[in-house]
Amino acid sequence: MSQHRVIVVGGGLAGLAAAVRIAEGGTPVDLFSVVPVKRSHSVCAQGGINACNEVARQQGYSEYEHFDETIYGGDFLADQHPVLEMANWAPRIIDLLDRMGVPFNRTGEGYRDLRLFGGSLFKRTHFAGATTGQQLIYALDEQVRRYASEGKVHKYEFWEFLWPVIEDGRCVGIAAQDMRTMQIRAFRADAVVMATGGCGLVFGKSTNSVICTGAAAARCFRAGVWYGNPEMIQVHPTAIPGADKLRLMSESARGEGGRVWVPRKAKDPRAPKDIPESERWYFLEEKYPAYGNIVPRDIATREIFDVCVNQGMGVYGENQVYLDLTHKDPDYLTRKLGGILEIYEKFVGEDPRFTPMKIFPAVHYSMGGLWTTYTKGSYNPHTALTKHKSGSPAPIDAKVGQGMQLGAPNNSMTNVPGLYAFGEVNFAYHGANRLGANALLSCIFDGLFCGVSVLNYIKNEAPGKNPADALPAGAYDAVVAQETAKMKRLLEGAKPGNAADPSTNPYVIGKELGDEMTAACTVVRTESRLRQCQAKLAELRERFARVRLADNAGWTNQAFGYARSIGDMLILAEAIALGALERKESRGAHYRSDFEQRDDANYMKTTLARHQGDATTVEFVPIDASLILPTARTYGKKDSSPTRPAKEPAAV
Amino acid sequence: MSTATAPVRRNAKVGRHVFFRILRCEGPGKPSQWQEFRIPIPENANVISCLQQIAANPVTTDGQTVTPVVWDAGCLEEVCGACTMVINGKVRQSCSCLIDEYAPNEGDVITLEPMSKFPVVRDLWVDRSRLFHNLARVKAWVPIDGTYDLGAGPKETPASQATHYVLSTCMSCGCCLEACPQFNLEPDSANWDTAFIGAHAISQARLFNDHPTGRELKDERLDALMGEGGINDCGNAQNCVKVCPKHIPLTESIAVIGRQTTMHAIAQFFRGR
Repeated sequence: MSQHRVIVVGGGLAGLAAAVRIAEGGTPVDLFSVVPVKRSHSVCAQGGINACNEVARQQGYSEYEHFDETIYGGDFLADQHPVLEMANWAPRIIDLLDRMGVPFNRTGEGYRDLRLFGGSLFKRTHFAGATTGQQLIYALDEQVRRYASEGKVHKYEFWEFLWPVIEDGRCVGIAAQDMRTMQIRAFRADAVVMATGGCGLVFGKSTNSVICTGAAAARCFRAGVWYGNPEMIQVHPTAIPGADKLRLMSESARGEGGRVWVPRKAKDPRAPKDIPESERWYFLEEKYPAYGNIVPRDIATREIFDVCVNQGMGVYGENQVYLDLTHKDPDYLTRKLGGILEIYEKFVGEDPRFTPMKIFPAVHYSMGGLWTTYTKGSYNPHTALTKHKSGSPAPIDAKVGQGMQLGAPNNSMTNVPGLYAFGEVNFAYHGANRLGANALLSCIFDGLFCGVSVLNYIKNEAPGKNPADALPAGAYDAVVAQETAKMKRLLEGAKPGNAADPSTNPYVIGKELGDEMTAACTVVRTESRLRQCQAKLAELRERFARVRLADNAGWTNQAFGYARSIGDMLILAEAIALGALERKESRGAHYRSDFEQRDDANYMKTTLARHQGDATTVEFVPIDASLILPTARTYGKKDSSPTRPAKEPAAV
Repeated sequence: MSTATAPVRRNAKVGRHVFFRILRCEGPGKPSQWQEFRIPIPENANVISCLQQIAANPVTTDGQTVTPVVWDAGCLEEVCGACTMVINGKVRQSCSCLIDEYAPNEGDVITLEPMSKFPVVRDLWVDRSRLFHNLARVKAWVPIDGTYDLGAGPKETPASQATHYVLSTCMSCGCCLEACPQFNLEPDSANWDTAFIGAHAISQARLFNDHPTGRELKDERLDALMGEGGINDCGNAQNCVKVCPKHIPLTESIAVIGRQTTMHAIAQFFRGR
């Protein structure tokens, strides 16, 4: 009797949650990660994790309202059922993390404390200081260590995913490379879960870790996996500029009362504390009286961008605004936000408890990712309801299976059977804009909820009759040969001194890629600039074909690994630019100054990208919006021009 | 998007060059050698951004073209622990090592070496597997029943949370081990279970011994810590607490575990096992 195995690629929150759930279900897991899993990018998440909770519930909040907020926050681009299921599960996930020992902040009586976060009027964000992601991943890392010590999980750390092995139309394993010995080999599996995160490095400097290249997703894309909404890239409103990266300053700073402002007088030379209240422009509070500083990220980003770039009102005439916490009690700030305030102090040299922080937007998160499907759950009203009135009774309770059917084998499965996408690399939950503190939730939800789907797929579908370890070696050998050839080509002629030619230097190509994508594909997009971007990408691809490395070592060759990922990032960049060009409307994070309106009739649809041969194409495919009717997404903006005015909502 | 500027630190000279002396090694068993690079320093530079500059065009001060320097890095905001190395003789994360503070003047020198208590993989990158292995030695986890929905965990006072949170911010960077006179290089994993376990693992044992569910494994953790390479190997040098970037009270954890092992030994004596 053969033993089924599952491969999980990526050891962040989604990958670890999946590994725990699958190993617990009795199937051994091989866990691949380019870093020791404890160092995955999830550690960078700061603010918290959203879930309906008893305090909010007794004030009228509900899982349904969390669902409604997420759909509205995402500007009606996500298929709605998966989002409903995620919101329904959120309180259970918090309870589980609590049992695992996550040191959530506590109230005086010992209950889990809560904070306000973007896009909600209720406190529904649970947190552990201001390093919530770190604390969550540590809890899951510990559970995986426990399973590893029992032999149920085998970790392949410092192994890089190279390519999925697809045979007879289903995924039956991967090729991977040991980053130290450079050995390339194939691994068999009955199902593969991609949990490889986002692609911030496509934009050069971002809030992401250096490992967030998006290369793993791009390799799947090149192998025939569809990609959804590539153009939906979140630019976080508040980050600290740096020479190597742009460090996140959590939304929790605003959730805990932080105020964004600039001096009313352009280029005011005075220090912030010398500027009286009446001469400060709290532009978010002025424009959005209901939500104020906690409007969603895309809106805050555009407003900051507008104030600085278009109006020239940035602090000291530069692209920066104040994020001010100095009116709060310093001890309170240390307790609630210590981790992030320390980061600012460490990297900027000023104490944000006493001096307002200077911040500017930075690329942060990819709502888009590998396209996945699901099986709809039991809640299917005859007609979609209008937007939920905040604090009013929910139309349904939060039973398991209302959004997605628990255990259906295709939940979060890509178009390739047996190949799943969990966490940030799954396009499913956040539509055109992710709400703060929903990312940690979607990662763990995918791992726990869809982990069951993986187990059922193995048991009930193709692998049940035809397990991977009984398949012929041909498909595996072919992928190893393909990747070995790729390596040979990149190392050909590699030698110190090659770096001198910038046109073929991978680091220079990578930098130019980042600069171009940041300029063309972030806050404001236009057709002409995007076309220019496409031309630049074509140039970079041509240069990449001739790339020459400065290191020919057959041992721990980082330059080689980096160069290979540039080739993949270029493919992803093309999909991002193409999606942005073809989506001729503005929605969520995607703002086209030449198409400022949201256009539901034509574009309340998933951007479905495919890569075939050497070409990427996109088409727009309908979404399932059968639960909530689209409405204009204004967040109660006061002045005449709504933030993202909708055309007449399309009939759904 | 990165045009905003942070204030230039006091006294740091704008437009200066800094020398990086880097201890390089092509792989296990290969000799180490120093190489020097002269790097122009932009605003907000840190050791990482300088290493990135070197990687893009590795030419030494004496004009020799060489391979890019290999180093380990992740979050670049001192929360993942990956980029730990020895900088000017002191172990720390390289991402939070700001050039304006370390080398404010033209011609200042910064030395970079790999940690010495772990086997070098290449250049500044070391293999810290043993550090994680030692977490498994003390079963540093809460033995939950499973991932099913079984309600909330135990309530906790804010004071207790504050204590646990600090212990739980340990990012497994290895600074405490690099600084520890009792923790020595041990490339052979067969010896890991009997070599000194290190302050980080002792502190994690304290964290989980104090958790209402984690306590279930307290005896097993203390047994491990009373064995060879356990807490008795601690020489009380107190270097660990001084170099911890997260200010974790490691010596306090060692004292707490010391008391717990004593009580555990007495209890074992009276139980006769």
